[in-house]
Amino acid sequence: MNRHTKGFLSHLILITVSILSIFPFLWLVSTALKGQAENIFQYPPEFMPKFPTFENFVGVWHQIDFVGYFINSLIVAGFTVVLNVIFSALAAYPLARMNFKGKNLIFYLILATIMVPFQAIMLPIYLIVLKLNMIDSVSHFAGYVGLILPFAVNAFGIFLMRQAFMAIPKELEEAAFADGCNIFQIWWKILLPCVAPTCAVLAVFTFIGSWGEFLWPSIVLTDKSLYTLPVGINDLQGMFSANWRYIAAGSIISVIPILIFFLAMQRYFIAGHNDGAVKG
Amino acid sequence: MYRYYKKYVPYLFILPAAVILVLFFFIPFIETVVLSFRDYSTNLYDPNFVGLDNYVSLLKSKEFYKVMWNTFLYVIGAVPILATVPLFLAILINQKIRCLNLYKILIYLPVIISIVVVAIAFKWLYATQGILNYFAELFKISPIDWLTSPDVAIWSVIIVTIYKGIGYYMMIYLSALIGAPKDLLEAAEVDGAGLIQKHLNVTIPYLMPTIALVVTVSTISALKVFAEIYVMTRGGPLDSTKTIVYYIYERAFENLDLSMASAASVVLLIIVMVFSALNILVFEKGKYEP
Repeated sequence: MNRHTKGFLSHLILITVSILSIFPFLWLVSTALKGQAENIFQYPPEFMPKFPTFENFVGVWHQIDFVGYFINSLIVAGFTVVLNVIFSALAAYPLARMNFKGKNLIFYLILATIMVPFQAIMLPIYLIVLKLNMIDSVSHFAGYVGLILPFAVNAFGIFLMRQAFMAIPKELEEAAFADGCNIFQIWWKILLPCVAPTCAVLAVFTFIGSWGEFLWPSIVLTDKSLYTLPVGINDLQGMFSANWRYIAAGSIISVIPILIFFLAMQRYFIAGHNDGAVKG
Repeated sequence: MYRYYKKYVPYLFILPAAVILVLFFFIPFIETVVLSFRDYSTNLYDPNFVGLDNYVSLLKSKEFYKVMWNTFLYVIGAVPILATVPLFLAILINQKIRCLNLYKILIYLPVIISIVVVAIAFKWLYATQGILNYFAELFKISPIDWLTSPDVAIWSVIIVTIYKGIGYYMMIYLSALIGAPKDLLEAAEVDGAGLIQKHLNVTIPYLMPTIALVVTVSTISALKVFAEIYVMTRGGPLDSTKTIVYYIYERAFENLDLSMASAASVVLLIIVMVFSALNILVFEKGKYEP
Protein backbone atom coordinates (compact mmCIF):
# COMPACT_ATOMS: atom_id res chain seq x y z
CA MET A 1 0.00 0.00 0.00
CA ASN A 2 1.56 3.32 -0.92
CA ARG A 3 1.22 6.48 1.09
CA HIS A 4 -1.60 7.96 -0.99
CA THR A 5 -3.92 4.98 -0.81
CA LYS A 6 -3.16 4.70 2.89
CA GLY A 7 -4.14 8.34 3.49
CA PHE A 8 -7.19 8.00 1.29
CA LEU A 9 -8.36 4.92 3.15
CA SER A 10 -7.86 6.59 6.55
CA HIS A 11 -9.90 9.58 5.45
CA LEU A 12 -12.59 7.38 3.97
CA ILE A 13 -13.03 5.45 7.22
CA LEU A 14 -12.90 8.55 9.40
CA ILE A 15 -15.37 10.44 7.23
CA THR A 16 -17.77 7.48 7.34
CA VAL A 17 -17.50 7.21 11.13
CA SER A 18 -17.92 10.97 11.54
CA ILE A 19 -21.08 10.95 9.44
CA LEU A 20 -22.47 7.97 11.36
CA SER A 21 -21.63 9.79 14.55
CA ILE A 22 -23.75 12.85 13.75
CA PHE A 23 -26.37 11.18 11.59
CA PRO A 24 -28.94 10.53 14.35
CA PHE A 25 -28.94 14.25 15.15
CA LEU A 26 -29.03 15.33 11.51
CA TRP A 27 -32.03 13.08 11.02
CA LEU A 28 -33.74 14.75 14.00
CA VAL A 29 -33.02 18.17 12.47
CA SER A 30 -34.40 17.02 9.14
CA THR A 31 -37.57 15.72 10.79
CA ALA A 32 -37.99 18.86 12.86
CA LEU A 33 -37.80 21.03 9.73
CA LYS A 34 -40.57 19.15 7.94
CA GLY A 35 -44.04 20.71 8.06
CA GLN A 36 -47.45 19.05 8.19
CA ALA A 37 -47.52 18.89 4.38
CA GLU A 38 -44.62 16.43 4.33
CA ASN A 39 -44.98 12.79 5.29
CA ILE A 40 -42.19 12.02 7.76
CA PHE A 41 -42.79 8.28 7.35
CA GLN A 42 -42.55 8.18 3.56
CA TYR A 43 -40.37 5.64 1.71
CA PRO A 44 -37.88 6.47 0.42
CA PRO A 45 -37.19 9.00 3.20
CA GLU A 46 -36.34 12.52 2.10
CA PHE A 47 -33.24 13.76 3.86
CA MET A 48 -33.66 17.36 2.74
CA PRO A 49 -37.07 18.81 3.68
CA LYS A 50 -38.89 19.97 0.55
CA PHE A 51 -40.45 22.95 2.30
CA PRO A 52 -38.29 23.60 5.36
CA THR A 53 -40.20 25.35 8.12
CA PHE A 54 -39.61 26.45 11.69
CA GLU A 55 -43.23 25.90 12.69
CA ASN A 56 -42.36 22.83 14.82
CA PHE A 57 -39.69 24.75 16.70
CA VAL A 58 -42.12 27.64 17.32
CA GLY A 59 -44.91 25.25 18.28
CA VAL A 60 -42.90 23.24 20.77
CA TRP A 61 -41.30 26.41 22.17
CA HIS A 62 -44.74 27.75 23.12
CA GLN A 63 -45.81 24.56 24.87
CA ILE A 64 -42.63 23.70 26.74
CA ASP A 65 -40.89 25.91 29.28
CA PHE A 66 -37.45 25.55 27.70
CA VAL A 67 -36.16 28.71 29.37
CA GLY A 68 -37.22 27.36 32.76
CA TYR A 69 -35.59 23.96 32.16
CA PHE A 70 -32.48 25.68 30.86
CA ILE A 71 -32.23 27.91 33.94
CA ASN A 72 -32.76 24.91 36.25
CA SER A 73 -30.04 22.95 34.45
CA LEU A 74 -27.75 25.97 34.64
CA ILE A 75 -28.33 26.45 38.37
CA VAL A 76 -27.80 22.77 39.15
CA ALA A 77 -24.77 22.30 36.89
CA GLY A 78 -23.29 25.68 37.89
CA PHE A 79 -23.40 25.06 41.64
CA THR A 80 -22.30 21.44 41.22
CA VAL A 81 -19.23 22.69 39.33
CA VAL A 82 -18.36 25.43 41.83
CA LEU A 83 -18.73 23.13 44.85
CA ASN A 84 -16.76 20.35 43.17
CA VAL A 85 -13.85 22.60 42.29
CA ILE A 86 -13.69 24.25 45.73
CA PHE A 87 -14.21 21.11 47.83
CA SER A 88 -11.84 19.00 45.70
CA ALA A 89 -9.13 21.66 45.73
CA LEU A 90 -9.51 22.09 49.50
CA ALA A 91 -9.35 18.38 50.32
CA ALA A 92 -6.59 17.67 47.80
CA TYR A 93 -4.12 20.20 49.19
CA PRO A 94 -3.35 18.55 52.55
CA LEU A 95 -3.45 15.11 50.89
CA ALA A 96 -0.78 16.25 48.46
CA ARG A 97 1.34 18.41 50.70
CA MET A 98 0.90 18.00 54.45
CA ASN A 99 1.71 15.35 57.00
CA PHE A 100 -0.92 14.64 59.59
CA LYS A 101 -2.33 11.86 61.70
CA GLY A 102 -4.69 9.55 59.84
CA LYS A 103 -3.62 10.79 56.42
CA ASN A 104 -3.32 7.32 54.94
CA LEU A 105 -6.64 6.22 56.43
CA ILE A 106 -8.42 9.27 54.97
CA PHE A 107 -6.70 8.68 51.65
CA TYR A 108 -7.90 5.07 51.45
CA LEU A 109 -11.41 5.95 52.61
CA ILE A 110 -11.71 8.49 49.80
CA LEU A 111 -10.26 5.96 47.36
CA ALA A 112 -12.84 3.42 48.52
CA THR A 113 -15.69 5.70 47.42
CA ILE A 114 -14.50 5.33 43.81
CA MET A 115 -15.58 1.71 43.95
CA VAL A 116 -19.12 2.46 45.11
CA PRO A 117 -21.52 3.06 42.21
CA PHE A 118 -24.14 5.73 42.84
CA GLN A 119 -26.81 3.43 41.39
CA ALA A 120 -26.32 0.90 44.18
CA ILE A 121 -26.73 3.41 47.00
CA MET A 122 -29.26 5.79 45.46
CA LEU A 123 -32.15 4.47 47.56
CA PRO A 124 -30.61 5.35 50.95
CA ILE A 125 -29.35 8.63 49.44
CA TYR A 126 -32.95 9.40 48.54
CA LEU A 127 -34.11 8.50 52.05
CA ILE A 128 -31.43 10.79 53.55
CA VAL A 129 -32.38 13.65 51.22
CA LEU A 130 -36.01 13.17 52.27
CA LYS A 131 -35.08 13.14 55.95
CA LEU A 132 -33.07 16.35 55.57
CA ASN A 133 -36.02 18.01 53.79
CA MET A 134 -33.92 18.66 50.68
CA ILE A 135 -36.84 18.05 48.36
CA ASP A 136 -38.86 20.23 46.00
CA SER A 137 -42.14 19.69 47.87
CA VAL A 138 -40.62 21.71 50.73
CA SER A 139 -39.45 24.66 48.65
CA HIS A 140 -37.70 25.39 45.36
CA PHE A 141 -34.51 26.13 47.22
CA ALA A 142 -34.65 22.80 49.06
CA GLY A 143 -35.27 21.08 45.73
CA TYR A 144 -32.15 22.59 44.20
CA VAL A 145 -30.10 21.64 47.27
CA GLY A 146 -31.28 18.04 46.98
CA LEU A 147 -30.28 17.96 43.32
CA ILE A 148 -26.84 19.45 43.94
CA LEU A 149 -25.48 18.37 47.32
CA PRO A 150 -25.13 14.59 46.76
CA PHE A 151 -22.85 15.42 43.79
CA ALA A 152 -20.97 18.29 45.44
CA VAL A 153 -17.67 16.39 45.53
CA ASN A 154 -16.28 13.02 44.52
CA ALA A 155 -13.07 11.07 44.76
CA PHE A 156 -12.15 11.53 41.09
CA GLY A 157 -12.08 15.31 41.51
CA ILE A 158 -10.05 15.09 44.70
CA PHE A 159 -7.45 12.83 43.13
CA LEU A 160 -7.26 14.93 39.98
CA MET A 161 -6.58 18.06 42.05
CA ARG A 162 -4.13 16.18 44.25
CA GLN A 163 -2.04 15.27 41.24
CA ALA A 164 -1.97 18.91 40.22
CA PHE A 165 -0.86 20.10 43.67
CA MET A 166 1.89 17.50 43.81
CA ALA A 167 3.44 18.99 40.67
CA ILE A 168 3.99 22.43 42.25
CA PRO A 169 7.49 23.06 43.67
CA LYS A 170 7.54 23.28 47.47
CA GLU A 171 9.70 26.43 47.42
CA LEU A 172 6.67 28.41 46.30
CA GLU A 173 4.83 27.77 49.56
CA GLU A 174 7.90 28.40 51.66
CA ALA A 175 8.51 31.74 49.96
CA ALA A 176 4.88 32.72 50.44
CA PHE A 177 5.08 31.78 54.11
CA ALA A 178 8.23 33.85 54.52
CA ASP A 179 6.33 36.76 52.98
CA GLY A 180 3.78 36.47 55.79
CA CYS A 181 0.94 34.60 54.08
CA ASN A 182 -1.12 32.29 56.28
CA ILE A 183 -1.93 28.79 55.09
CA PHE A 184 -5.32 29.69 53.67
CA GLN A 185 -3.84 32.63 51.77
CA ILE A 186 -1.13 30.35 50.39
CA TRP A 187 -3.81 27.97 49.13
CA TRP A 188 -6.05 30.67 47.70
CA LYS A 189 -3.59 33.21 46.32
CA ILE A 190 -0.51 31.20 45.43
CA LEU A 191 -1.42 27.57 44.75
CA LEU A 192 -4.91 27.78 43.28
CA PRO A 193 -3.77 29.98 40.36
CA CYS A 194 -1.04 27.40 39.67
CA VAL A 195 -3.58 24.58 39.36
CA ALA A 196 -6.13 26.68 37.46
CA PRO A 197 -5.83 24.56 34.28
CA THR A 198 -6.71 21.42 36.24
CA CYS A 199 -9.59 23.29 37.90
CA ALA A 200 -10.84 24.14 34.40
CA VAL A 201 -10.64 20.50 33.31
CA LEU A 202 -12.49 19.37 36.42
CA ALA A 203 -15.09 22.11 35.91
CA VAL A 204 -15.72 21.22 32.28
CA PHE A 205 -16.15 17.49 32.91
CA THR A 206 -18.31 18.06 35.99
CA PHE A 207 -20.47 20.46 34.00
CA ILE A 208 -21.08 17.97 31.20
CA GLY A 209 -21.85 15.21 33.68
CA SER A 210 -24.26 17.30 35.69
CA TRP A 211 -25.92 18.80 32.60
CA GLY A 212 -26.74 15.39 31.15
CA GLU A 213 -27.65 13.69 34.46
CA PHE A 214 -31.01 11.97 34.25
CA LEU A 215 -31.36 9.28 36.92
CA TRP A 216 -31.12 11.40 40.06
CA PRO A 217 -33.34 14.32 38.95
CA SER A 218 -35.97 11.88 37.72
CA ILE A 219 -35.98 10.27 41.17
CA VAL A 220 -36.15 13.41 43.33
CA LEU A 221 -38.13 15.87 41.22
CA THR A 222 -41.88 16.04 41.65
CA ASP A 223 -42.43 19.68 40.75
CA LYS A 224 -42.40 20.31 37.02
CA SER A 225 -41.13 23.85 37.46
CA LEU A 226 -37.85 22.41 38.74
CA TYR A 227 -37.29 20.01 35.82
CA THR A 228 -33.82 20.07 34.30
CA LEU A 229 -33.45 19.75 30.52
CA PRO A 230 -32.97 15.94 30.33
CA VAL A 231 -36.05 15.30 32.49
CA GLY A 232 -38.06 17.85 30.53
CA ILE A 233 -36.97 16.40 27.20
CA ASN A 234 -37.88 12.88 28.26
CA ASP A 235 -41.28 14.32 29.15
CA LEU A 236 -41.76 15.43 25.52
CA GLN A 237 -42.37 11.79 24.61
CA GLY A 238 -45.39 11.59 26.86
CA MET A 239 -46.76 14.98 25.85
CA PHE A 240 -46.54 14.59 22.09
CA SER A 241 -46.77 10.80 21.95
CA ALA A 242 -46.75 10.42 18.19
CA ASN A 243 -45.79 13.91 17.13
CA TRP A 244 -42.23 13.23 16.12
CA ARG A 245 -41.87 16.65 14.51
CA TYR A 246 -42.33 18.31 17.92
CA ILE A 247 -40.25 15.73 19.80
CA ALA A 248 -37.43 16.20 17.28
CA ALA A 249 -37.66 20.00 17.40
CA GLY A 250 -37.67 20.01 21.21
CA SER A 251 -34.68 17.68 21.39
CA ILE A 252 -32.70 19.84 18.98
CA ILE A 253 -33.49 23.03 20.93
CA SER A 254 -32.26 21.34 24.11
CA VAL A 255 -28.94 20.39 22.54
CA ILE A 256 -27.94 23.88 21.35
CA PRO A 257 -26.58 25.27 24.67
CA ILE A 258 -24.33 22.28 25.40
CA LEU A 259 -23.12 22.24 21.80
CA ILE A 260 -21.97 25.85 22.10
CA PHE A 261 -20.35 25.07 25.43
CA PHE A 262 -18.49 22.09 23.96
CA LEU A 263 -17.20 23.95 20.93
CA ALA A 264 -15.98 26.79 23.14
CA MET A 265 -14.30 24.47 25.66
CA GLN A 266 -13.06 21.66 23.40
CA ARG A 267 -9.38 22.09 24.28
CA TYR A 268 -10.17 21.33 27.94
CA PHE A 269 -11.79 18.05 26.94
CA ILE A 270 -8.63 17.00 25.17
CA ALA A 271 -6.49 18.24 28.06
CA GLY A 272 -8.70 16.35 30.49
CA HIS A 273 -8.30 13.06 28.70
CA ASN A 274 -4.55 13.62 28.59
CA ASP A 275 -4.53 14.20 32.37
CA GLY A 276 -6.19 10.83 32.84
CA ALA A 277 -9.42 12.31 34.18
CA VAL A 278 -11.12 9.00 33.46
CA LYS A 279 -14.28 7.93 35.19
CA GLY A 280 -15.67 4.46 35.53
CA MET B 1 11.20 21.34 57.26
CA TYR B 2 9.56 23.86 59.54
CA ARG B 3 5.78 23.69 59.92
CA TYR B 4 3.90 26.65 58.59
CA TYR B 5 0.44 25.46 59.62
CA LYS B 6 -1.29 24.49 62.83
CA LYS B 7 -2.05 20.86 63.59
CA TYR B 8 -5.78 21.04 62.91
CA VAL B 9 -5.40 22.80 59.55
CA PRO B 10 -5.27 19.69 57.32
CA TYR B 11 -8.54 18.43 58.79
CA LEU B 12 -10.15 21.82 58.23
CA PHE B 13 -9.27 21.62 54.53
CA ILE B 14 -10.72 18.13 54.23
CA LEU B 15 -13.84 18.85 56.28
CA PRO B 16 -16.28 20.00 53.53
CA ALA B 17 -15.47 17.03 51.30
CA ALA B 18 -15.62 14.69 54.30
CA VAL B 19 -19.12 15.87 55.25
CA ILE B 20 -20.42 15.24 51.73
CA LEU B 21 -18.71 11.87 51.40
CA VAL B 22 -19.93 10.66 54.79
CA LEU B 23 -23.48 11.86 54.19
CA PHE B 24 -23.83 10.69 50.59
CA PHE B 25 -21.39 7.77 50.34
CA PHE B 26 -20.52 6.08 53.61
CA ILE B 27 -23.86 6.28 55.39
CA PRO B 28 -25.86 5.22 52.30
CA PHE B 29 -23.38 2.43 51.69
CA ILE B 30 -23.92 1.00 55.17
CA GLU B 31 -27.63 1.70 54.94
CA THR B 32 -27.90 -0.30 51.70
CA VAL B 33 -26.42 -3.34 53.39
CA VAL B 34 -28.61 -2.89 56.49
CA LEU B 35 -31.79 -2.42 54.43
CA SER B 36 -31.09 -5.63 52.55
CA PHE B 37 -31.36 -7.64 55.80
CA ARG B 38 -34.73 -6.20 56.73
CA ASP B 39 -38.30 -6.80 55.69
CA TYR B 40 -40.23 -3.67 54.77
CA SER B 41 -43.32 -5.35 53.41
CA THR B 42 -44.99 -5.89 56.81
CA ASN B 43 -44.07 -2.66 58.57
CA LEU B 44 -42.45 0.25 56.78
CA TYR B 45 -41.51 2.09 59.99
CA ASP B 46 -40.29 -0.78 62.15
CA PRO B 47 -39.00 -3.43 59.76
CA ASN B 48 -38.00 -6.84 61.10
CA PHE B 49 -34.51 -8.19 60.79
CA VAL B 50 -34.86 -11.17 58.46
CA GLY B 51 -31.28 -12.21 57.82
CA LEU B 52 -30.71 -13.46 54.31
CA ASP B 53 -34.42 -13.86 53.48
CA ASN B 54 -34.37 -11.05 50.91
CA TYR B 55 -31.44 -12.63 49.12
CA VAL B 56 -33.21 -15.98 49.15
CA SER B 57 -36.33 -14.49 47.57
CA LEU B 58 -34.11 -12.68 45.08
CA LEU B 59 -32.50 -15.98 44.09
CA LYS B 60 -35.92 -17.63 43.87
CA SER B 61 -37.29 -14.92 41.62
CA LYS B 62 -37.34 -15.79 37.93
CA GLU B 63 -37.38 -12.08 37.13
CA PHE B 64 -34.05 -11.56 38.85
CA TYR B 65 -32.40 -14.31 36.79
CA LYS B 66 -33.76 -12.65 33.69
CA VAL B 67 -32.37 -9.32 34.92
CA MET B 68 -28.92 -10.78 35.59
CA TRP B 69 -28.91 -12.51 32.21
CA ASN B 70 -29.81 -9.24 30.49
CA THR B 71 -27.07 -7.44 32.40
CA PHE B 72 -24.62 -10.11 31.32
CA LEU B 73 -25.73 -9.77 27.68
CA TYR B 74 -25.27 -6.02 27.98
CA VAL B 75 -21.66 -6.39 29.10
CA ILE B 76 -20.91 -9.08 26.52
CA GLY B 77 -22.48 -6.99 23.77
CA ALA B 78 -20.98 -3.62 24.59
CA VAL B 79 -17.53 -4.19 26.06
CA PRO B 80 -15.70 -6.00 23.21
CA ILE B 81 -16.76 -3.32 20.73
CA LEU B 82 -16.00 -0.45 23.09
CA ALA B 83 -12.52 -1.85 23.73
CA THR B 84 -11.61 -2.35 20.06
CA VAL B 85 -13.36 0.08 17.70
CA PRO B 86 -12.18 3.19 19.57
CA LEU B 87 -8.64 1.78 19.55
CA PHE B 88 -8.78 1.37 15.79
CA LEU B 89 -10.14 4.92 15.37
CA ALA B 90 -7.50 6.34 17.71
CA ILE B 91 -4.72 4.74 15.66
CA LEU B 92 -6.23 6.20 12.48
CA ILE B 93 -6.58 9.68 13.99
CA ASN B 94 -3.10 9.56 15.50
CA GLN B 95 -1.55 9.87 12.02
CA LYS B 96 -0.42 13.18 10.61
CA ILE B 97 -3.52 13.76 8.53
CA ARG B 98 -5.68 16.70 7.59
CA CYS B 99 -8.97 17.59 9.32
CA LEU B 100 -7.80 15.65 12.36
CA ASN B 101 -9.48 18.01 14.81
CA LEU B 102 -12.75 17.98 12.91
CA TYR B 103 -12.89 14.17 13.04
CA LYS B 104 -12.13 14.25 16.76
CA ILE B 105 -14.91 16.74 17.45
CA LEU B 106 -17.51 14.91 15.35
CA ILE B 107 -16.73 11.51 16.86
CA TYR B 108 -16.64 12.95 20.39
CA LEU B 109 -19.94 14.80 19.96
CA PRO B 110 -22.27 12.00 21.18
CA VAL B 111 -20.30 11.89 24.43
CA ILE B 112 -21.27 15.42 25.46
CA ILE B 113 -24.90 15.24 24.36
CA SER B 114 -27.37 14.15 27.04
CA ILE B 115 -28.14 10.44 26.91
CA VAL B 116 -31.84 11.33 26.89
CA VAL B 117 -31.51 13.15 23.56
CA VAL B 118 -29.34 10.37 22.12
CA ALA B 119 -31.92 7.75 23.16
CA ILE B 120 -34.75 9.80 21.61
CA ALA B 121 -32.77 10.20 18.37
CA PHE B 122 -32.30 6.43 18.19
CA LYS B 123 -35.92 5.75 19.03
CA TRP B 124 -36.76 7.76 15.93
CA LEU B 125 -34.24 5.82 13.81
CA TYR B 126 -35.73 2.58 15.17
CA ALA B 127 -39.35 3.55 14.42
CA THR B 128 -41.38 0.82 12.70
CA GLN B 129 -41.62 2.92 9.56
CA GLY B 130 -38.32 4.58 10.35
CA ILE B 131 -35.22 5.14 8.31
CA LEU B 132 -33.38 2.01 9.49
CA ASN B 133 -36.22 -0.21 8.33
CA TYR B 134 -36.09 1.60 5.00
CA PHE B 135 -32.44 0.54 4.68
CA ALA B 136 -33.45 -2.96 5.73
CA GLU B 137 -35.98 -2.96 2.92
CA LEU B 138 -33.29 -1.85 0.45
CA PHE B 139 -31.33 -4.95 1.38
CA LYS B 140 -34.48 -7.08 1.04
CA ILE B 141 -34.69 -7.69 4.79
CA SER B 142 -38.17 -7.68 6.27
CA PRO B 143 -38.78 -4.78 8.71
CA ILE B 144 -37.15 -5.30 12.09
CA ASP B 145 -39.02 -4.68 15.35
CA TRP B 146 -36.05 -2.86 16.82
CA LEU B 147 -37.61 -2.00 20.17
CA THR B 148 -40.72 -4.16 20.24
CA SER B 149 -39.31 -7.63 19.71
CA PRO B 150 -38.07 -9.35 22.88
CA ASP B 151 -35.22 -10.93 20.93
CA VAL B 152 -33.98 -7.74 19.32
CA ALA B 153 -34.70 -4.91 21.76
CA ILE B 154 -31.71 -5.41 24.07
CA TRP B 155 -29.29 -5.29 21.13
CA SER B 156 -30.92 -2.10 19.87
CA VAL B 157 -30.40 -0.49 23.28
CA ILE B 158 -26.82 -1.81 23.51
CA ILE B 159 -26.09 -0.11 20.18
CA VAL B 160 -27.08 3.22 21.76
CA THR B 161 -24.71 2.66 24.69
CA ILE B 162 -21.90 1.76 22.29
CA TYR B 163 -22.63 4.78 20.10
CA LYS B 164 -22.48 7.09 23.12
CA GLY B 165 -19.20 5.59 24.38
CA ILE B 166 -17.03 5.33 21.25
CA GLY B 167 -15.72 8.91 21.34
CA TYR B 168 -14.93 8.74 25.04
CA TYR B 169 -12.79 5.63 24.81
CA MET B 170 -11.19 6.88 21.60
CA MET B 171 -9.92 9.90 23.54
CA ILE B 172 -8.54 7.64 26.27
CA TYR B 173 -6.62 5.65 23.65
CA LEU B 174 -5.46 8.83 21.90
CA SER B 175 -3.94 10.20 25.09
CA ALA B 176 -2.22 6.86 25.71
CA LEU B 177 -0.86 6.92 22.16
CA ILE B 178 1.01 10.17 22.83
CA GLY B 179 3.62 8.13 24.67
CA ALA B 180 3.85 5.35 22.09
CA PRO B 181 7.46 4.31 21.44
CA LYS B 182 8.31 6.17 18.20
CA ASP B 183 11.73 4.55 17.83
CA LEU B 184 10.21 1.07 17.87
CA LEU B 185 7.58 2.09 15.34
CA GLU B 186 10.28 3.51 13.06
CA ALA B 187 12.40 0.41 13.51
CA ALA B 188 9.44 -1.72 12.50
CA GLU B 189 9.02 0.44 9.39
CA VAL B 190 12.68 0.08 8.49
CA ASP B 191 12.33 -3.68 8.88
CA GLY B 192 9.62 -3.49 6.23
CA ALA B 193 6.67 -4.19 8.49
CA GLY B 194 3.34 -3.28 6.93
CA LEU B 195 0.94 -0.84 8.52
CA ILE B 196 -1.16 -3.50 10.21
CA GLN B 197 1.86 -5.56 11.24
CA LYS B 198 3.53 -2.49 12.71
CA HIS B 199 0.59 -1.72 14.97
CA LEU B 200 -0.01 -5.34 15.90
CA ASN B 201 3.61 -5.80 16.95
CA VAL B 202 4.34 -2.46 18.57
CA THR B 203 1.28 -0.30 19.29
CA ILE B 204 -1.08 -2.95 20.63
CA PRO B 205 1.41 -4.49 23.10
CA TYR B 206 2.32 -0.98 24.25
CA LEU B 207 -1.37 -0.16 24.81
CA MET B 208 -2.19 -3.40 26.63
CA PRO B 209 -2.60 -1.69 30.06
CA THR B 210 -4.88 0.93 28.49
CA ILE B 211 -6.93 -1.75 26.75
CA ALA B 212 -7.34 -3.55 30.07
CA LEU B 213 -8.40 -0.28 31.68
CA VAL B 214 -10.97 0.39 28.95
CA VAL B 215 -12.33 -3.14 29.37
CA THR B 216 -12.93 -2.69 33.09
CA VAL B 217 -14.18 0.90 32.83
CA SER B 218 -16.63 0.03 30.05
CA THR B 219 -17.75 -3.09 31.93
CA ILE B 220 -18.57 -0.97 34.95
CA SER B 221 -20.49 1.56 32.86
CA ALA B 222 -22.39 -1.23 31.08
CA LEU B 223 -23.37 -2.62 34.50
CA LYS B 224 -24.69 0.82 35.50
CA VAL B 225 -26.75 1.55 32.40
CA PHE B 226 -30.14 3.12 33.06
CA ALA B 227 -31.24 6.16 31.04
CA GLU B 228 -31.22 4.49 27.61
CA ILE B 229 -33.49 1.76 28.94
CA TYR B 230 -35.79 4.17 30.76
CA VAL B 231 -36.21 6.42 27.74
CA MET B 232 -36.49 3.73 25.05
CA THR B 233 -38.10 0.59 26.43
CA ARG B 234 -38.85 0.90 30.16
CA GLY B 235 -37.36 -2.56 30.56
CA GLY B 236 -39.76 -4.12 28.06
CA PRO B 237 -40.90 -5.89 25.98
CA LEU B 238 -41.44 -8.83 28.37
CA ASP B 239 -38.58 -7.67 30.63
CA SER B 240 -36.17 -8.31 27.78
CA THR B 241 -34.22 -5.06 28.36
CA LYS B 242 -34.49 -4.94 32.13
CA THR B 243 -30.96 -4.79 33.52
CA ILE B 244 -29.95 -4.54 37.15
CA VAL B 245 -30.05 -0.78 37.70
CA TYR B 246 -33.45 -0.52 36.04
CA TYR B 247 -34.64 -3.36 38.25
CA ILE B 248 -33.38 -1.59 41.37
CA TYR B 249 -35.04 1.64 40.24
CA GLU B 250 -38.34 -0.11 39.60
CA ARG B 251 -38.31 -2.00 42.89
CA ALA B 252 -37.28 1.01 44.95
CA PHE B 253 -39.18 3.87 43.39
CA GLU B 254 -42.14 2.31 41.62
CA ASN B 255 -43.00 -0.76 43.70
CA LEU B 256 -41.63 0.69 46.97
CA ASP B 257 -40.15 -2.74 47.67
CA LEU B 258 -37.15 -1.46 49.61
CA SER B 259 -36.01 -4.91 50.71
CA MET B 260 -35.63 -6.45 47.27
CA ALA B 261 -34.22 -3.21 45.88
CA SER B 262 -31.51 -3.20 48.55
CA ALA B 263 -30.64 -6.86 48.13
CA ALA B 264 -30.24 -6.30 44.37
CA SER B 265 -28.20 -3.17 45.14
CA VAL B 266 -25.78 -5.21 47.23
CA VAL B 267 -25.38 -7.63 44.32
CA LEU B 268 -24.58 -4.70 42.01
CA LEU B 269 -22.22 -3.27 44.63
CA ILE B 270 -20.23 -6.47 44.88
CA ILE B 271 -19.90 -6.91 41.12
CA VAL B 272 -18.86 -3.32 40.48
CA MET B 273 -16.44 -3.32 43.40
CA VAL B 274 -14.63 -6.34 41.98
CA PHE B 275 -14.00 -4.58 38.66
CA SER B 276 -13.20 -1.29 40.36
CA ALA B 277 -10.73 -2.91 42.71
CA LEU B 278 -9.07 -4.56 39.72
CA ASN B 279 -8.70 -1.11 38.17
CA ILE B 280 -7.28 0.58 41.21
CA LEU B 281 -4.98 -2.22 42.31
CA VAL B 282 -3.71 -3.36 38.94
CA PHE B 283 -4.37 -1.12 35.94
CA GLU B 284 -4.04 2.30 37.55
CA LYS B 285 -1.62 1.28 40.23
CA GLY B 286 0.61 4.32 40.10
CA LYS B 287 -2.23 6.80 40.09
CA TYR B 288 -3.50 6.17 43.60
CA GLU B 289 -0.66 6.13 46.08
CA PRO B 290 -0.76 8.06 49.33
